[in-house]
Amino acid sequence: MNSMRKRRLFGHVDWLTIILWFSLCIIGWFNIRAAVYDPNSSGLFDLNTNYGKQGLYILSATILAFIILLIDARFFITISPIVYIVTLLLLVLVLIVGRNVGGNQAWIPLGTFRLQPSEFAKFGTSLVLALFLSNQSGKAPSLKNLLIGSSIVFLPIVLIMLQPDTGSALAFFSLILVFYREGYFGTWVLVFGGLAIALFVLALLFNQWLLIGGIAILSGLIFYFTNRRQKALFQCIALFLASSAFILCVDFTYENILQTHQRNRIDVILGKIDDPRGDGYNLNQSKIAIGSGQLLGKGYLQGTQTKYNFVPEQSTDFIFCTIGEEWGFVGSVILVGLFVTLLLRTIHIAERQKSDFARIYGYATTSILFFHFFINIGMTIGLVPVIGIPLPFISYGGSSLWSFTILLFILLRLDASRKGLSG
Amino acid sequence: MNSFFARKYVLQGIFIFIAISIIARLFYLQIIDDSYILSANNNVLRKMVVYPARGVILDRNGKILVQNEPVYDLMVTPREVVELDTSLFCQLVDIEKDDFIKKLERARSYSPYRSSIFEKQLSSKTYARLQEHLYKFRGFYVQNRTVRSYPDSIAAQFLGYIQEVNEKDIENSKGFYRPGDYIGATGVERSYEDLLRGQRGVRNVMVDALNRPKGSFMDGKYDTLAVAGEGLVSSLDKDLQQFAEKLMENKMGSVVAIEPSTGEILSLVSSPTYDPNLMVGRERGNNYMDLLNNPHKPMFIRPLQAAYPPGSVFKVVSALIAQQAGVINGDTRFNCPGGYRYGGGRAIMRCTSVCGNINLVQSIQRSCNTYYGHVYSRMIDGRGMPGYKAYDLWKTALNDFGLGVTLGVDLPGEKGGFVPDADYYTKRYRSNKWGASFTMSLSIGQGELGITPLQMANLMAIVANRGFYYRPHIIKGIGTENITKKEFTEKVHVGVDEKHFEPVIEGMSRTVNQPGGTGYMVRIPGIEMCGKTGTVQNPHGENHAVFFAFAPRENPKIAVAVFVENAGYGGTWAGPIASMMVEKYLRDTISLPQYIQDRIYNADLLPKVKKEEQKTVPQSTYIEHQSLDLESINQSYAAILNRRGNE
Repeated sequence: MNSMRKRRLFGHVDWLTIILWFSLCIIGWFNIRAAVYDPNSSGLFDLNTNYGKQGLYILSATILAFIILLIDARFFITISPIVYIVTLLLLVLVLIVGRNVGGNQAWIPLGTFRLQPSEFAKFGTSLVLALFLSNQSGKAPSLKNLLIGSSIVFLPIVLIMLQPDTGSALAFFSLILVFYREGYFGTWVLVFGGLAIALFVLALLFNQWLLIGGIAILSGLIFYFTNRRQKALFQCIALFLASSAFILCVDFTYENILQTHQRNRIDVILGKIDDPRGDGYNLNQSKIAIGSGQLLGKGYLQGTQTKYNFVPEQSTDFIFCTIGEEWGFVGSVILVGLFVTLLLRTIHIAERQKSDFARIYGYATTSILFFHFFINIGMTIGLVPVIGIPLPFISYGGSSLWSFTILLFILLRLDASRKGLSG
Repeated sequence: MNSFFARKYVLQGIFIFIAISIIARLFYLQIIDDSYILSANNNVLRKMVVYPARGVILDRNGKILVQNEPVYDLMVTPREVVELDTSLFCQLVDIEKDDFIKKLERARSYSPYRSSIFEKQLSSKTYARLQEHLYKFRGFYVQNRTVRSYPDSIAAQFLGYIQEVNEKDIENSKGFYRPGDYIGATGVERSYEDLLRGQRGVRNVMVDALNRPKGSFMDGKYDTLAVAGEGLVSSLDKDLQQFAEKLMENKMGSVVAIEPSTGEILSLVSSPTYDPNLMVGRERGNNYMDLLNNPHKPMFIRPLQAAYPPGSVFKVVSALIAQQAGVINGDTRFNCPGGYRYGGGRAIMRCTSVCGNINLVQSIQRSCNTYYGHVYSRMIDGRGMPGYKAYDLWKTALNDFGLGVTLGVDLPGEKGGFVPDADYYTKRYRSNKWGASFTMSLSIGQGELGITPLQMANLMAIVANRGFYYRPHIIKGIGTENITKKEFTEKVHVGVDEKHFEPVIEGMSRTVNQPGGTGYMVRIPGIEMCGKTGTVQNPHGENHAVFFAFAPRENPKIAVAVFVENAGYGGTWAGPIASMMVEKYLRDTISLPQYIQDRIYNADLLPKVKKEEQKTVPQSTYIEHQSLDLESINQSYAAILNRRGNE
């Protein structure tokens, strides 16, 4: 009986995802070795190095994944509120007893290991969000539910911002994509969101009044070339006013609300300040590392940028530098390809679920993975500001590896028994 | 429930769009933009200069004149220093504990990551002691480099010294030198700089983000080795040089000894001299200022730069040129009644004695002024041409002897001395209708003439060779193959036939070897030395003593010129020094009576300088000052002689 169930389970498990997961873990592990490689120390497997520790983390994550696959899928639905509450409590606890590392009070020390509750909050929140939204399915998406759903997401965001760990908090905003998929707002919101980001960047780059003038001319042109009816006139004026207000808001926020280091990071990204020694140092060294990899890279353990510590935090947030430098364009594209394959696969998995809970959870997983993938790699190559979040399965760190593994394998577990779940 | 199914395509689209953006960006960074590979190399690569050892200079017998001595600088990288046994450390390095803390603090304030000098120039003894324990002191290491060292402290002005390059040197070298490099500043170090300096090597070292060395780049594939500078073999004889410097102690003047058959300079002394080791090491700056301020001007290179009227020794040249011009021959006799009347009998040039009717040989032997008054008159007035034309012929003949022109010795700063041309006198007398009587003082080597001691020694080499010379030089061999520069192997003929030399040489031989000769006192038993004394009137004080000689008469091995300032009569001071030099070189013994030797050793002929005067010597105008002085000396001579001529 038991073995029958097992066979059924592993027969239904999505092996492609597991292979992708395992490949990423191993790629991460090898590159962590390169990042912390010291040519003078001969030890191949030293538990004192990040490389050695990550080996243990991968081993334990594998055991964890196996356990998750053995647990009944319904169990995760049932305990999701408890997981959510526990992670919230941990987030409160970390503010009280947490260890302050690098300005963020994000870690709870457990012996030699440090637990990072914000990582675990990701799957806790995803579970509860899936539970709540799946209970509302069948009804039309309402503003009330959108607000309640948003609150579920905002609670951990607020707690994480108190640490303050902006990067981790921002990751929760990726759950917007879940609301979008479930129909809580239209595609136009995404379009306008994109436009807003574009305007945001333009507002920081150019003089605000010039920009407003430009938008006035643009609005006029749009009106002139469309049907020139009264309705269109109002729309264009509204567009112009909204844009102008947004630009002024951005300017105000930028000047008065953002902290200096955050402002500087944005400025460096936008090329407004060129500061390779100060705030631009990380980005500059990171770009040098990746850029010097060229087509085929310098070869494993041959990266001078990473080997000699020019890139800071190279086994955690800047692990992609090591890959870019030692494996070159080819290696980088392969890694990006693996991630995109994983993301498309998880969308595919989410969409094939009968149960709303599983689908919504699948999208939450996809959104969070996507956000980490995009922001982490984007920051190392100067596409987005430097935000300190890990690259899933690749970056060094037990908390993040475990939480991403749990996040992914709960989805796989739900998927494995998708025929038995419904409603 | 699945009414928004189509939205998955929007999301997939977003993912793919983002992935393409990332790949496009990667393509730009890794494939299109080449600057990052350069930046990465700049980050990690440090080109370390490997300094070559400077060439060593040996004397003609293979003894060391200049060598490189290792010094050990104790370096520290403060960041790497861990707790250590301070008292042991202080004891080994021989410093106080307070000092230790202060020095470490200073290094830390320079840079915690970069190494800097903790203690300069440890002695090799301290180094040996420290080295055994060095492993206990992390962050400390010893860096060795070399400095110049002069084991016998001789020939300071000629070997020269090296100094850090200045802006101008770097500019002139078109970037060959870099700040901190050393360059030969004077002497051989300067004239042979291109050979001595060698070639720098480059070591490509990889460093980490904190600038700590991490090993060589590509296993040293792009490294270049330093090539040590060429060794030089000097023509100087170390023992003779040392001996000559000892003889010249507490005297002002020059000694130049040349091997006539090669032009090799055996000994070159400019006195007072200084210890060349003073120009090395930590006290260099102070020592240098002291030397500049020294009223006796030890940095002045007298044999090459000081020009004096040669005095009686000039009669040798006069006799040779006159014979070649055909105005006299070996048998020509003139009567000396105790002076030479000229200018229609209105002027007289006195002789030291009444020589009577004498021939050429006797004229040299007795140094007769009258005889050379006649010779000079014939040279200028008796050649069937205007005086100024004859004078220019005479001057050209002098130039052929290397007088009044630079000889091209391989040392920087050589001066040509001064032999005025006809225009000089035409200008002075505002007419070209002047003759011998207007310039009579030249006939006995006085007047406007300025000859350097090197030229005098070379003149002696010409006489010894009977009519030719090789350019005097101080470096006879370059590198392992011992190459001699081509210009030093070419015979230079002076344009006087060999046969004209015999009477002159006979006269010089008698000067030394016949009782009554002016150099009889310094004769060397068993060696036929030919010499000539000279005394140069000095309007500022005691006369300058001159003696030049060569020996042996047949197949001469050494020609020497000695010039002692403010010493009085030539035969008394310069003669013994020349004689001892010759005998030392030929036989390595001295047979001169001990009391004469003692007199030379114990003499203090340095001009006395008052304390206040010392301070007023301007440092920067040092050389200029000197040359001005010489000019005024020459002018004074001219004035005196003119007065005398009018008597």
